[in-house]
Amino acid sequence: MNPQLEIIITAVIVSSACALLGVFLVLRKMAMMTDAIAHTILLGIVLVFFITESLTSPFLIIGAAAMGVLTVYLTELLQRTKLMAEDSSIGLVFPLLFSIAIILITRYAGNVHLDVDAVLLGELAFVPFDRFIVLGRDLGARAIYIMGAILLLDLFFVTLFYKELKLVTFDRALASILGFSPLLIHYALMGLVSITAVGAFEAVGSILVIAFMIGPPISAYLLTDKLSNMLFFSLLIGIINTLIGYQISVYFDVSIAGSIATMIGITFLFIFIFAPQRGMVTMIYTRRIQQLDYAVKSLLFHLYNHEGTAQEKEESKRDSLHEHLHWEDRFLEKILKKVIREQYVVVKQGYLKLTPGGREYLIKD
Amino acid sequence: MPKYLIEVEDMTVAYEKKPVLWDIDLKIPKGVLMAIVGPNGAGKSTLIKAMLDLVKPISGKVLFNGADYHSQRRYIGYVPQRESVDWDFPTSVFDVVLMGTYGQIGWIKRPGRKEKEKALDAIKKVGMEEFIDRQISQLSGGQQQRVFLARALVQDADIYFMDEPLQGVDARTEKAIIRILQKLRTNGKTVVVVHHDLQTVQEYFDWVTLLNTKIIKYGRVEEVFNEDNLKITYGKIV
Amino acid sequence: MISIEALLSDYTLQIVTLGSAMLGVVSGVLGSFAVLRKQSLLGDAVSHAALPGIVFVFLLTGIKQTEMLLLGALISGLLGTLIIISIDRYTRIKFDSALGLILSSFFGLGLVLLTYIQKIPNANQAGLESFIFGQASTLLKRDVYIMIALGTIILLIVGLLWKELKIFSFDPEFAQSLGFPDKKINIILSSITVVAIIIGLQSVGVILMSALLIAPGVAARQWTDQLSVMVILAATFGLMAGVLGTVLSSLVENMPTGPAIVIVISLIVFLSLFLATKRGLLWRHLQMRKNSRAINEERVLTALYQLALNHDDIYHAHQTAMLNPGEAITRKADKNIVNSLHALRAKGYVRSDYFDTWAITDAGIEQVSRIMVENGGEEL
Repeated sequence: MNPQLEIIITAVIVSSACALLGVFLVLRKMAMMTDAIAHTILLGIVLVFFITESLTSPFLIIGAAAMGVLTVYLTELLQRTKLMAEDSSIGLVFPLLFSIAIILITRYAGNVHLDVDAVLLGELAFVPFDRFIVLGRDLGARAIYIMGAILLLDLFFVTLFYKELKLVTFDRALASILGFSPLLIHYALMGLVSITAVGAFEAVGSILVIAFMIGPPISAYLLTDKLSNMLFFSLLIGIINTLIGYQISVYFDVSIAGSIATMIGITFLFIFIFAPQRGMVTMIYTRRIQQLDYAVKSLLFHLYNHEGTAQEKEESKRDSLHEHLHWEDRFLEKILKKVIREQYVVVKQGYLKLTPGGREYLIKD
Repeated sequence: MPKYLIEVEDMTVAYEKKPVLWDIDLKIPKGVLMAIVGPNGAGKSTLIKAMLDLVKPISGKVLFNGADYHSQRRYIGYVPQRESVDWDFPTSVFDVVLMGTYGQIGWIKRPGRKEKEKALDAIKKVGMEEFIDRQISQLSGGQQQRVFLARALVQDADIYFMDEPLQGVDARTEKAIIRILQKLRTNGKTVVVVHHDLQTVQEYFDWVTLLNTKIIKYGRVEEVFNEDNLKITYGKIV
Repeated sequence: MISIEALLSDYTLQIVTLGSAMLGVVSGVLGSFAVLRKQSLLGDAVSHAALPGIVFVFLLTGIKQTEMLLLGALISGLLGTLIIISIDRYTRIKFDSALGLILSSFFGLGLVLLTYIQKIPNANQAGLESFIFGQASTLLKRDVYIMIALGTIILLIVGLLWKELKIFSFDPEFAQSLGFPDKKINIILSSITVVAIIIGLQSVGVILMSALLIAPGVAARQWTDQLSVMVILAATFGLMAGVLGTVLSSLVENMPTGPAIVIVISLIVFLSLFLATKRGLLWRHLQMRKNSRAINEERVLTALYQLALNHDDIYHAHQTAMLNPGEAITRKADKNIVNSLHALRAKGYVRSDYFDTWAITDAGIEQVSRIMVENGGEEL
C-alpha cells in the first residue's frame, strides 16, 4: 500500500474513534478528564515498559488503559473528599502522575528508546515505517490494524450500549433505579477512552488527541438537537477535517496531526460563529431583537398606564420621555422610530399617543 | 401478605455532622396519594432517595411488599427534581419519555413498537403531543415536569416517588398533574410526593407525612394535618 | 552528587532557585483566585495556547529574545482565553469542553508553525521545544531579572486591587451590582494570570505549569477560611515547592526541575488534605466517628425507652438483641449496640445486671426527652 494512503487511513481511523467516544465525554462534562487521561497513560506505558522491556507488547495498551482508569478513579476519590472543586482535582492528579513518568524516564530509561516527545507529539508521518508482518508477508502499517481494532471495539460498545449510555448520561438516578449501573457504564467508557488514547498517542500525541476527541462533538452539538445526529455529524466533521488537514500539511510540509488539530479548531470556530440556531451571530442578533422588543413594550406600557390619568400629558411628552424611562437619547430615538414606523404610536404636537394597533400589540401577550 | 406496601424501619441518614434523617419509621398502605411536607432542609428529598437506595443510610431498612428494594425495582417509578438533569442534552420529548421503558426491556435490547406506543400514549395523557419532537430545553418548566411525569407513567409502576413535581409549574399545569396523580391512585397505585405548598395539601392528597429530620406524624390528612402538628413541624426551626 | 556548600555557592543554581521561588510565589497568589473561581484548568489551557504566539513571533523576528517571545505568548494566551470565555457565554457548550478544544487546537497550530520553522535553513530555533517541559537549568540571569520584574508588578497589582479581586472571586454578580466593572477586573485578572503562566513556561514548561497554579491554592484552602491567609499560605507553599524542587533536582542526578517541583507541591497538598485542622481528612474522620457514636448512643437509648414504654414497669430490663429491630443482627451491629450501652452506662443513663439485660434510668429518660426536643419532635 502506498505510504500516503496508509497515513490517511490511520488518521481517519483515529479521528473516527475519537469523535465517536468524544460525544459522550462532552455530554458527560468530562472533556478535561480526557486531557488528564491522555497525559497519565505515559506512566502506564513507562511502567509496563520497565517490566516487559518492549515497546510493542500488547500489555502496553492494557497497562496504559489501566492507568487511565486509575486516573479517573483517583480524581473522583479526591473530589469525594469535597475539599476541592472537580477541576482542581483533575489538575492535581495528572501533573503528578505525569511528573513521575518523566522522572522515571530521565533516570532509568535514558539510553533506551522511549521518547517523551514522541508520546506527547506523536508523528503520523512515521506510521508507514512500522509494518505488520505475518509469516513474512507485509500486510501494511501496524497502526492501521491496531487503531482499526480499537475503532471496531468503540463502535461495538457504542452501538450495543447506545441506550444505556444515553440514559446514564442524561439521568443517572433514573438509570440506577431502572437497574443499569451508572458506575459500570462510566468506567467502561473511561476504559475505552484510555485504550483509544493509547492507540492514538503514537499517531497524534497526547495533547492533540484532545482536539480529536472534543472538537468534532462540540461542533456537532451546535448543529443538532438529536443524539444520533450528533454522533453522525461528529464523525463526519472529524473525517472531513482529517482529510483537509492532511492536504494542508502536505502542501506546507508541516506536522500532519498539528494541521488536523488546527483544522478542527478552525471548523469549530466557524460553526461557533455562524451556526444557524446556536451560533454566536444568531445569539447576539436574537438577544438584541429581544431587547428592542422589551423596550418597545415598556414604552407602550408606560403610555398605556398613564392613559386617562392626571399625569398623562407630562408622562407622554416626547421631550421628557428619556427622563421618565431612564433611556439614553439615542436609544430613545431608535425605539421611537420603530414604534412610529410600526404605527403603534402617533406623535401629536409633541405628545405621544397609543394607537389602537399599539394597544392590541401590547395586550396580545 | 404484609399489611403495608412500604415499610421504613429505623432509618437514619447522616451527611458529615448532623443526621439529615433521624430514626425514621414510616408505613405506607397501598393505594394512597401521600404528600411529604416539612420545612427546607427537613430531609424530604433525602427520604425519597434513601428509600430508593440512591443515598446510603447509616442504619435501617426499607421494605416494599415485604421484600427489599432490589427485588421490587421493577414496580417502582421515580420523578426526580427538575434541576437534577441537564436540559441541554440533545434529545426530544419522545426520547425522554421512551427512557421510562428501558427498565422493562433490560440491557442491550432497543425499544420496539410496543414501547414506542406506550410512550406515545403517556405523552398524550399528559397533553404534550404537540411538542413530541421538541428539544427538551425549549420547554417551559411546567412542560418539563409533564415530560418527567409521562416518563414515570411509562414505567408502569405500582409505586411512584415524585420529588417536587409541582415546582415551577403554572396553575393550570398543576391541576392537570394532580388529576393524573389522583387517577393513578384510583387505579390502585401508590404515589408519594415531596410537596412544598401547605395550602393545597388537603385538597390534593389523602395521606400526609410531616417531616423535620424525624417523622413528626403521618397518616390520613384529616387526622394528622392540623395546626398543632404543623407547629411542631415548622415551629422548631432555629 | 554535589555537596551542600558547593551547592550554596553555585551561582547558576542561585539564579535558577531565585527564578523558581518567584514563580512559586506568583503562581501561589494567582492560583488561589483561580481555584476559588473554579477556573483551575484555565491555566492549563492558556499555557498550551501560548505556543503558537511564541513560535509566530520567532518566525517574524527570527531572534530568540525572551521579551519578544513572552509578548507573543501573552497575545495568543489572551486570545485563547477570550475565545474560551465567549464560547462559554454564547453557547450551551460547557466551560471544560471549550478549554479542551482551545488548549489542543492552539497547541496544534503551534506545532504546525514549529515544524514550518524547522524547514527554514539556519533558523535559530534551538530551545523552542523546551517550551513543553521547560528547562530551568538554561535560565539566564537576564531571564530571571525579567521574571522578578514581572512577578513584582503582578504582586503589586494584586495588592492594589485586593478588595476588588476578593469580592469578584467570591460573587461576581454582587460585585457588579456594587458598581465594580466586572469585565475589567476579569480582563486584568486573566492578563496577569497569563503573564504568570508565561514566565513559568521557561522553568517548568507547559504541562506542569497547571499544577503550580492549582496545587498551592488547594493546599492553602484546607488550612483557612480567610482569603488573605489563604493567599499568603499559597504563596509560601509555592515558594517552598519552587526552592525545594530546584535544590532537589540539582542534588539528585537526572532529576528534571519541573517534575521535581510538582512532586514537592503535590506532597504539600496531600499532607494538607490529611492533616489540616477542621477540613482535613484525619480530623474529619475522627469527628465522624465521634458523631456516629453519639448518634448510635442516642438511637439505642431511644430504643430502650420505647421498649420500656410498652412495659408496665418503665425500668424493666431488656436483652441487647431486642434493641435493634431495624437492622439485621450481625456481629458488628451487635458490637455497636453493646459499645453504645457501655458508654451510656458510664454516663448514668442506663444500668445493667448480671444477666446482661439493660434498663433505662431516670437520667436516661431525661436525656431522651432532650434528644427529642433537639431533633424537632414533641416534648415528652
